[in-house]
Amino acid sequence: MGSVRKFRVWRGDAAGGRLEDFSVEVNEGEVVLDIIHRLQATQAPDLAVRWNCKAGKCGSCSMEINGKPGLGCMTRMSVFADGETVTVTPLRTFPVIRDLVTDVSFNYVKAREMPAFAPPADLKPGEYRMKQVDVERSQEFRKCIECFLCQNTCHVIRDHDDNKPAFAGPRFFIRAAELDMHPLDARGDRKETAVDEQGLGYCNITKCCTEVCPEHIKITDNAIIPLKERVVDRRYDPLVWLGSKIFRRTA
Amino acid sequence: MTELEKHSYDVVVIGAGGAGLRAAIEARLAGKKTAIISKSLFGKAHTVMAEGGAAAAMGNVNSKDNWMVHFRDTMRGGKFLNNFRMAELHAKEAPDRVWELETYGALFDRTPDGRISQRNFGGHEYPRLAHVGDRTGLELIRTLQQKIVSLQQEDGGDDRLRVFAECTVTDLLLDGSRIAGAVGYYRETGEFVLFETPAIVLATGGVGKSYKVTSNSWEYTGDGHALALRAGATLINMEFLQFHPTGMVWPPSVKGILVTESVRGDGGVLKNSDGKRFMFDYVPDVFRKQYAETEEEADRWYTDPDNNRRPPELLPRDEVARAINAEVKAGRGTPAGGVYLDIASRRPAEYILKRLPSMYHQFKELADVDITEAPMEIGPTCHYVMGGVEVDPDTAAAGGTVEGLFAAGEVSGGMHGSNRLGGNSLSDLLVFGKRAGEYAALYVDRLGSRPAAPAAAVDAAVEAALAPLVRENGENPFDVWSDLQQVMQDLVGIIRRKSELEESLKLLVDLKERIGKVSAPGGRRFNPGWHLAIDLRNMVLVSECTARAALEREESRGGHTREDFPQMDAKWRQVNLVCSVGQAGEVELVRKPVPTIRPELLALFELSELKKYMTDEELAMLGDASAESTGRPGQPAKDGE
Repeated sequence: MGSVRKFRVWRGDAAGGRLEDFSVEVNEGEVVLDIIHRLQATQAPDLAVRWNCKAGKCGSCSMEINGKPGLGCMTRMSVFADGETVTVTPLRTFPVIRDLVTDVSFNYVKAREMPAFAPPADLKPGEYRMKQVDVERSQEFRKCIECFLCQNTCHVIRDHDDNKPAFAGPRFFIRAAELDMHPLDARGDRKETAVDEQGLGYCNITKCCTEVCPEHIKITDNAIIPLKERVVDRRYDPLVWLGSKIFRRTA
Repeated sequence: MTELEKHSYDVVVIGAGGAGLRAAIEARLAGKKTAIISKSLFGKAHTVMAEGGAAAAMGNVNSKDNWMVHFRDTMRGGKFLNNFRMAELHAKEAPDRVWELETYGALFDRTPDGRISQRNFGGHEYPRLAHVGDRTGLELIRTLQQKIVSLQQEDGGDDRLRVFAECTVTDLLLDGSRIAGAVGYYRETGEFVLFETPAIVLATGGVGKSYKVTSNSWEYTGDGHALALRAGATLINMEFLQFHPTGMVWPPSVKGILVTESVRGDGGVLKNSDGKRFMFDYVPDVFRKQYAETEEEADRWYTDPDNNRRPPELLPRDEVARAINAEVKAGRGTPAGGVYLDIASRRPAEYILKRLPSMYHQFKELADVDITEAPMEIGPTCHYVMGGVEVDPDTAAAGGTVEGLFAAGEVSGGMHGSNRLGGNSLSDLLVFGKRAGEYAALYVDRLGSRPAAPAAAVDAAVEAALAPLVRENGENPFDVWSDLQQVMQDLVGIIRRKSELEESLKLLVDLKERIGKVSAPGGRRFNPGWHLAIDLRNMVLVSECTARAALEREESRGGHTREDFPQMDAKWRQVNLVCSVGQAGEVELVRKPVPTIRPELLALFELSELKKYMTDEELAMLGDASAESTGRPGQPAKDGE
């Protein structure tokens, strides 16, 4: 059943590296991560790769496969032609640690800068009441598995390290949108924060993040654009802003 | 002493899944300087894989539910071998732990009146599982992760609560019998790090990576179990492993990956290759009264649970796994060696997409199967270890000779008895994670002098961890791992027998020796071969405990099935099997009595049910006790607390 296929895998570290060629067995139904594991087990036991669940739920095995950002565990070998060489490289936006493992600490720093959920002061645990239709909008964003493929593919920081301090990236725009749309979040300034502190203005809506999202979250349409639009509303119309404070929806 | 990075904490939590994060939150809220050591990146722990939900008797969907019903279901599921006090605390405290998550920002699915929705699950009498579609574990881990970030924001930094990501602990350090610290290494650099601390919470999860077919992630190498043993703590009932009935069986590369029980809770049924819905043939006597006898009654239950009994597809997991095993063995399996799980022919496509979005996604992308149109091929997969660190039920403190060690979540034992109900894991890790953090903090408060980590032990730990890197021409750790998995899968798997268990113990001795001689070329920076070589030590030690206990227990109960002793034996219900490690590293196993269940808790059961589990002597004593205390068995006692 198996066939032998050609793989090119980037090996190296912060000091530099190169693509290394392998010939490796591939069986029916396998995914790219299976092949990386086979290389580890049979040819290169020190080949560095992150992975956990192997089912597209944890977002650990993000890599670039033939130049396209994706999850190793969700990229089936059957999408490649028989003779096609599969080239696997680390995420380009983040510094390489070793082989396919990159330093993604940028994302954790940005997470710590994001103001947390603010619980409503007047409700005790067990007293929260929310309509399904109202939580669904935020639930879409909470599907995020933090694979950081959207961060990796975003051209604002992909080839512009200098933008990193000012720009939180799509993953944290959906976090802002999630909290903004949370029916009981006590803060009313999520949109302002997105613009003033997260660098939402850098985004010019090319939708690259949406295209690579393995959870199919409509990052641009459902999070970024509404955030941008509502910011415009609010900034130019003090009545809208006031209204949103007074008539906060209590399901 | 070896030169290495040093940190000092009040409480160190090893493991960053649900239990570890909840413990850390509690320790920090108690004012303790707390560290979380995570083997993976922050937020990637195996908890994300939990799909179905967190069981908590909130009574939002069926108001008849309460902690007593939940307690009863948990004890039944565990075949009465559970630590009753843990099951009691769990049932009572789970609702508060779930509601608390909403104050951290969790967004569960809702009932029409806006409360947290609850779903049906195997072994639970009422809809009880708080859930978010079929990605509840992700919601839990993200919520706890974000709560930790919010505490760090309150503190203006991570001095009081810090996450050490991609860091693996290799040894615990003792000052006499007291915990004094832990040694670990950063995966990224291979550099070692010393944590000086008087209190450690183990929250490292399970052991599934010792099996070939498993739903568990690479982290599940029994680290906490082995660390506890080597520090003088004890493990109980390691023979009980849960083989989840529904793992993917095709394609081969995804074999073992979980298919959530919610598929059955939401209407899916099991069929063999003849198209027969076979579970009706496998309802054991102890469950006969609670399960439907006809397809018609079973199908009515989904809409009218008050007047119909449950479908047998929702029997506890051990029963369903054994049934599937038997069907395949009898030649009625699918081409890939499983059975069919069919929801396509029973529910509309929109319903399936709404209720099971991540299952749809998983099958579509990994197997090219549309579950709204075709059945899934599934079979049992090693999923959860019921056994684990023996703990005090109230404080989560580890038993044995060690002080200052606590354990919560899958790494601890007792709560689930011989078999865990689906949904009881997420609630377990919240309830006992909180307790472990709370009592670890209290232990530190009451401490007289702070223990000191002996320098020689630090040096020895570093040297042992480095050995596979410096050793030349040894075996490839991946080869040894594969052999270990084969031994456990074939000889200590879902159905066990004496001769095979004896054989496994011999082979494990060989494997232990081979593991001592592996080499891992390639240097210290993020070297998976080296990491595996270190993990193998833990895997083989814990596997030996499982094999020893499985050989000792001559009965079949929950997650332990002996072909040569197929019946459940009431005498064995009184026995916990307890493992420790001796001076020379050898596993010692003793029998200890199971704690006696308090009379008012026993009164929650009908006498006819207790007869299925208890010896005549116990029943005789029970008659005396109930006559003088709570009156008739079968009448729920009032909650006295």
